[in-house]
Amino acid sequence: MLIVVCIKQVPDTTQVQIDPVTNTLVREGIPFIVNPYDTHAMEEALRLKDRFGCKVAAISMGPPNAEATLKKALALGVDHAILLSDRVFGGADTLATSNVLAAAIAKLRAEVDEVGLVLCGKQTIDGDTAQVGPGIASRLNYCQLTLVDKIISLDLSAKKIRVSRKLEGRHEIVEAPLPAMLTVVRELNRPRYPKVQMRLAAAEAVVKVWDNKVLKLDEQKIGLKGSPTWVSKIFSPERDKGEILGDGYADPAGAAALLIDKLMEKDMLPL
Amino acid sequence: MTPNPYIFAPLLIASLAVFAWGCWKRLSLISLGQPEDRFNNIGTRIGEMLRYAFGQKRVLAKPFGFNHFIIFWSFLILMVANTEFILNGLFPHTIKLIKLPFELYLPLAFMIDIASLLALAAVTVAALRRIFAPPYPEARTLDAFFILGLIATLMLASFTLNASELAAYMLKSGADPVSFLATARKMMPVSALLAGLLPPLQLENIHAAAWWAHAVALLAFICYLPISKHMHILTAIPNCFLRRLEKPNTQPREEFTIGNTFGVGRVDRYSWKDLLDSFTCTECGRCQMVCPASITGKPLNPRAVIHDIKVNLLENGAALKRKGAPQTPLIGDDGEGSVSEESIWSCTTCGACMEACPVLIEHMPKIIQMRRHLVENEAKFPEELLNLFENMEGRSNPWGIAPSERTKWCSQLDIKPFDRDTTEYLFFVGCAGSFDSRNKHVSVAMAQLLDKAGVSWGILGKEEKCCGDSVRRLGNEYVFDKMARENVAMFIERGVTKVITQCPHCFTTLKNDYRQYGLELEVIHHSELLANLVQEGKLLLGKTTQEMGITVFHDSCYLGRHNDIYDAPRAVIEAATGQAPAEMERNRNNAFCCGAGGGRMWMEEHVGERINLTRIKEALEQSPDTICVACPYCMTMFEDGLKDVKADSVKVRDVAEVMAEALLH
Repeated sequence: MLIVVCIKQVPDTTQVQIDPVTNTLVREGIPFIVNPYDTHAMEEALRLKDRFGCKVAAISMGPPNAEATLKKALALGVDHAILLSDRVFGGADTLATSNVLAAAIAKLRAEVDEVGLVLCGKQTIDGDTAQVGPGIASRLNYCQLTLVDKIISLDLSAKKIRVSRKLEGRHEIVEAPLPAMLTVVRELNRPRYPKVQMRLAAAEAVVKVWDNKVLKLDEQKIGLKGSPTWVSKIFSPERDKGEILGDGYADPAGAAALLIDKLMEKDMLPL
Repeated sequence: MTPNPYIFAPLLIASLAVFAWGCWKRLSLISLGQPEDRFNNIGTRIGEMLRYAFGQKRVLAKPFGFNHFIIFWSFLILMVANTEFILNGLFPHTIKLIKLPFELYLPLAFMIDIASLLALAAVTVAALRRIFAPPYPEARTLDAFFILGLIATLMLASFTLNASELAAYMLKSGADPVSFLATARKMMPVSALLAGLLPPLQLENIHAAAWWAHAVALLAFICYLPISKHMHILTAIPNCFLRRLEKPNTQPREEFTIGNTFGVGRVDRYSWKDLLDSFTCTECGRCQMVCPASITGKPLNPRAVIHDIKVNLLENGAALKRKGAPQTPLIGDDGEGSVSEESIWSCTTCGACMEACPVLIEHMPKIIQMRRHLVENEAKFPEELLNLFENMEGRSNPWGIAPSERTKWCSQLDIKPFDRDTTEYLFFVGCAGSFDSRNKHVSVAMAQLLDKAGVSWGILGKEEKCCGDSVRRLGNEYVFDKMARENVAMFIERGVTKVITQCPHCFTTLKNDYRQYGLELEVIHHSELLANLVQEGKLLLGKTTQEMGITVFHDSCYLGRHNDIYDAPRAVIEAATGQAPAEMERNRNNAFCCGAGGGRMWMEEHVGERINLTRIKEALEQSPDTICVACPYCMTMFEDGLKDVKADSVKVRDVAEVMAEALLH
């Protein structure tokens, strides 16, 4: 059985700034990281690999430099790393992205092994739509289990999975047949740290690149052309200037009392 | 039947064979270690050996060391007597010291007699100490009493032997006993005294018994030496000769190529010198008595680490010699390995153990090597370190704060960027000085002082990166290597040659660790620079502050023990306050760690008493108004700890803040 993990290279959002003139993200010199939620998806796939001996493939759609993200996946222990990269994939919204990723998963299913699970982070920290995972499930006609914080059981012979979903204020235990697509939250696990041997091997490894000559998708369904959504503007919301309460350095107790009053006034302290 | 060469010679040969076999066995185990050059600078090495082995410099640093000094030097003198004894046993009546010219024999006999007496007294004291006030409870070993008993037997037998020979000579010559013994007492006081007490008719039997008692004890000693902790008699002197000449807190680099393994996960991955260290340890326990982890009840005991490496080597030696896999793992919790992971992570790398060890054993590098194995080969470490490692690699600071915020501390100040043509010094602010809200005050104080003193300086600003100290001490050499290469390349590109640091960790890393990357920087710690500026008349000029009240100074391990800077921060405080700071009980090279070194800053401390609280209690004994520090980690540990003990009326100030207070108010 093959587990496919979808990962995305995202800019380190703590370091992203918005250009006030063009209203676009300033990406120059900003380091890229693996989308944090995806690292939990990858960790879970690797834990299942350790437990069941299944293989893990990591796929990512992005520009050529997203290879670094896949090398990180290789360093952690995935068996296959495939970069889906082509100019025609560029400018994709969530629909077009899910088309490309689903096609790649279908190709892996046909060429490598039967796919049992697709794991995705619950959302990316740059787009924040949480739509790509469910989109893949829809394209492939897999069950979708979103916001998973625990895999309770996985029965490979009966092809069943039972998970806990973390919803607001409650948990939901759900069972589904395989193959299934899971999106995962941070509480699922603690990602591992790569061993140096694996990092060195990953640095030397060649990441397979699939472009549209390989995937052969209809150009009307991918990239900018296949994207019904388009971004008209990005901006930083205006923030009201805060106020400094008291003199915390000279009178910390007084400042704390003022803060408590203020919070109570705004009904922000559940008393 | 004394001495009978036909009985003695085979016994001697057998003993020497056992001795040689024991030594060979140990040496063959040591040779399993990795190669390492410890034969450079022979002249310096001989000096170190004379100072530490023969001069017993470290041994004498503690009151009981004098006792050992006596035993050591008595042994050297008595080697002459024992050589005579052995030769006399092989060739009776042919080789005797007494055949030497009388002017030579007289002082020699006197020295031997006195040395024997001193040795006897010293081993008696040592035995009593072990019974009534052992250095640590486990020190009351059978092994220790056996060897002390053996030495005592040798001394008593040799007195009796000499006394019976004197008495026999007296009888044979028919001399007047009173005048003969009076003369003899000037030559061999103890033996002559005993000679007068021996029954004349039993002399031959007494002589025979004493001779054989001495022979058996001596041969037993020879056999026992290489298989016990008393091996140190043979290894301590070479171990001092083979010491690392540069400070051992700078760990060796690793080569990151595919197929290599990293650090030490099995005992034969240590260097031969590391293995020699393990056979040199005599378990005196001085390291554990100064170790902050041991003292506060953590699972780490530096003596036990060295001992456990030896035990592991002895257990696995046979398999390793056959190129087989070790039977007992070196590292493992719950007794599965010789050294527990928990103990490895407890080390603050303060270096107190290495400063205390009389035979210059290098404990801390061995611990770092095991950390490297855990981090690099196994990716196993306390979970709080995961964030640290990712923050360091991704954002080049321990907290993971956006690098763009590195210059926030000076947003209100007018500070020049470093430029090789217009600025002399680079002020390497460091992560704590840039991001930690308390330490930013120190950076501001430094900026003001540098300007006031007319120093030409600049900063790297947002381009500054973490030096990598914590990751290196935590064994993440792979990430350190990347960080060091980047920094070294940037320093070279920017033409940096002179650097000021306010953090002893940046200080030692830039100064000592980066040298391994071919970068020789002139690095100066801010306490040294400030002390120099005062001396040159560029700062203060008689201004002092009374704001600090009674000050007490806490030595940072990385400034003090690791770089021998003790006076500069004290000079700064004295110049700024008009009086020398009070001293804690443990100060200078004997100072007690704050608990944050070696990456412990970023780890939880659940077991035992908190190290910083132990140190704070010691500081509070001086009833200070201000505790002065010269390190951002110490600052954090004291600030936090003072709140915990509800003593936050006591202020913590960096030396730069003390100086700024004097100057600006």
